[in-house]
Amino acid sequence: MNLKIHQDHARFRQIVKGRIRKELRRFISSGELIGKEGDKLVSIPLPQIDIPRFRFGDRSKGGVGQGEGEPGDPLSQGEQDGSSEGEAGDQEGQHILEVDVSIEELAEILGEELELPNLEDKGKDRLVSTRDRYVGIRRVGPESLRHFKRTFREALKRQIAAGIYDPKRPMIIPIRDDKRYRSWKTESVFEANALIIYMMDVSGSMGEEQKQMVRIESFWIDAWLSTQYQGLEKRYIIHDATAREVDRDTFFHTRESGGTMISSAYKLCAEIIDREYPEQDWNVYPFHFSDGDNWSTDDTRLSLDILENRLVPVSNMFCYGQVHSPYGSGQFIKDLVAHFPDEEKIVTSEIPDREGIADSIKTFLGKGR
Amino acid sequence: MLRSSRWTGGLPRYLEEIRVEIREYAVKCGLDFFPTFFEVLNYDQMNEIAAYGGFPTRYPHWRHGMEYDKLRKSSTYGLSKIYELVINNDPCTAYLLEGNSTVDQKLVMAHVYAHCDFFKNNQWFAHTNRHMIDEMANHAARIRRYMNRFGVEKVERFLDLCLSIDNLIDIHNPPLVRPDRADRDDEMDDTLGPGDVPKLTAKPYMESYINPPEFIEEQKERLREESIQDASFPSRPQRDVMEFLMTHAPLKQWQRSVLEIVREEAYYFAPQGQTKIMNEGWATYWHSRIMTEKALNASEIVDYADHASMVTATSGKQLNPYKMGVELFRHIVMCWDKGRYGKAWDDCDDMDARCAWDTGNGLGMEKIFQIRRTHNDITFIDEFLTHEFVREQKMFAFGYNPRHRRYEIESRQFEEVKQQLLSQLTNMGQPPITVVDANGSNRGELVLEHDHRGIDLDPAYTREVLTNLYEFWKRAVSIGTKADGEHIIATFDGSEFKEEKFGE
Repeated sequence: MNLKIHQDHARFRQIVKGRIRKELRRFISSGELIGKEGDKLVSIPLPQIDIPRFRFGDRSKGGVGQGEGEPGDPLSQGEQDGSSEGEAGDQEGQHILEVDVSIEELAEILGEELELPNLEDKGKDRLVSTRDRYVGIRRVGPESLRHFKRTFREALKRQIAAGIYDPKRPMIIPIRDDKRYRSWKTESVFEANALIIYMMDVSGSMGEEQKQMVRIESFWIDAWLSTQYQGLEKRYIIHDATAREVDRDTFFHTRESGGTMISSAYKLCAEIIDREYPEQDWNVYPFHFSDGDNWSTDDTRLSLDILENRLVPVSNMFCYGQVHSPYGSGQFIKDLVAHFPDEEKIVTSEIPDREGIADSIKTFLGKGR
Repeated sequence: MLRSSRWTGGLPRYLEEIRVEIREYAVKCGLDFFPTFFEVLNYDQMNEIAAYGGFPTRYPHWRHGMEYDKLRKSSTYGLSKIYELVINNDPCTAYLLEGNSTVDQKLVMAHVYAHCDFFKNNQWFAHTNRHMIDEMANHAARIRRYMNRFGVEKVERFLDLCLSIDNLIDIHNPPLVRPDRADRDDEMDDTLGPGDVPKLTAKPYMESYINPPEFIEEQKERLREESIQDASFPSRPQRDVMEFLMTHAPLKQWQRSVLEIVREEAYYFAPQGQTKIMNEGWATYWHSRIMTEKALNASEIVDYADHASMVTATSGKQLNPYKMGVELFRHIVMCWDKGRYGKAWDDCDDMDARCAWDTGNGLGMEKIFQIRRTHNDITFIDEFLTHEFVREQKMFAFGYNPRHRRYEIESRQFEEVKQQLLSQLTNMGQPPITVVDANGSNRGELVLEHDHRGIDLDPAYTREVLTNLYEFWKRAVSIGTKADGEHIIATFDGSEFKEEKFGE
């Protein structure tokens, strides 16, 4: 249906998008959006998109209510914040409007703002399977697909129109023209063909802030890659001195302590790829985040070896992000760069603080592979 | 198929039958309303209309889209549902939601007829344009024309500015005489700027004869002199800031016209804000009487009770105007029926006597019809809120306690509750702001004054609005108010903000 309001609505969405674009870097560095994402939508808090007017400050304003309670009793929880319009703010004068934006739209904004190129697929979005879906009705077809209700209704219509329908003796006899059949459409389903493997160092030197930075960065990488591939699989590995595969939730919330053996993660990563994701079919994106403080030079040598021989050949690119931590030496990135001076598939980036996340994303995804 | 024969006019036959029945009851109750048309809408259409404030055609603006976004979301998630929408217009137009149960449609119709009666008879609505549906459509056409001519962005931006001051009107002094717009609209040049002299159109070779340069100069001189005189305005503080800007701000003709549109609509909607409690109370009072005394079938009682209880539900912080209004009306009927008013009643201290008080006065109906004609929410509360009522309704005043960082119940005392309620309703909950000087610092700066009555302005919003006001006035704009007990003057001069403090 075409309503006049759709024009105003489209204009509003345009303004919202413009506002998100303007504030994108702030959203990226504050990590505000994590945990606000649903299945397909992200709910984004935008301040002051409404028309400003002279108004009373919220906190100094009281009111009148009805109900039980003695003077001094607090109002019940739900009434403490936010008026009926669903606006709530943690500061005076900051009225927040929550706007739902789809993840695609968000990624699109990210792409435009950071000028990310579209990724080069390895050229393997093969048609993996086809599926038939019954989508409509037509007048010809096999009897096995006859739509009984529709056929009956057509016959009834015809008989009433022709005046041969007798309510006292309701007999409906469909003729050939009345028959209706289900019709189907064959849809092709693209199988998931991109894989992201997130690896995170959770050793003692990675603090909560470092992990939050990793979390924020992977949220945006997720969003971007999701729009680039029809289906996207994600695997999560955490490691200290040993590595194990975990689910998303654990990945973001574990706090381990202990030494660091980067090679353990790379080994596990290579095993997962070898076992489940044949190279010719998959676009593989391993991301590794660490503070760059490896246990020993021996292990670093081993890590680089696995990287060179097992990971790089099967990956579209390998991304290493090094978050700054007060405890780590940050040596690993130097070793990595020294070992692969000309390897285009390896992308490294240092993330000094939250402000650096946006640039790091750009470094990783700006190559377009 | 055979559908068309089931429709009579705008309503399906079964609704039309209900409408005729309810209308009859409403007339018998003494309600007096404009002819009323009902229209059935589906969810989407209802949300659209509601986003446009009830009107089928409004000027295009993203704010309506935002409203629609909110409504659609909350109706999709089942958080809210618009049962009833009615426009103050002659003839009155009201909307019913498709798919509502019959008992709901009955209730809504009864409710709507009472609203209509209120619109027609309450004196605070007397000044409103009763052909507002047409007027809104005209406004829309005008704004669209400006958008085509001057660009969507430009007009939209200016609308944003106008809307940000649309609460700065004088609700107690509505414009009874509206300026005749016809000549201005069509004959004047929309592109005229401040200080320009209107010229007659002429071929270039005739220009100096038709618009002689001496004459133009003379006119310019006159305009300049007039504007210097204007600078000493206003002689008295003026509440209607919009009107003041319309007359005195250096605006182009089309901008003046857009500002006028926004102002006119603000005045049109104002009485609905001024009488929210009464209007909803009145409608609820009558729908409940019509429903329970006449219109309900036995089978509908439970559904009705269920929905009626939702409408009048109360939740701590939000005062429900439906509940408040209807209870107060019922209370008044009871008092005037039993003669519980006047000196004898007020002077009586004997509790037993008070409880048994009934003079058989029977003036309840007459009284509420009289009240609905003359009162607005403030006078209504001021005059009829009683100790008994506050106690029975368990009303309380609450406030924010900065020490506990939460809202707390402050008092159940009658005086305090009433005071709080009245101050909340004063000026429809908007800060009272006046223009006090249009020649501030002798540099033509605009000076506003906030009449501070205990509640500070929101500083972030104040800044935004000052920025917007600067766009109108083109010179520094300042507002005097209080913050944390200190007098301050906040100024925006086009490039930066200044806040000066003046102590207590």
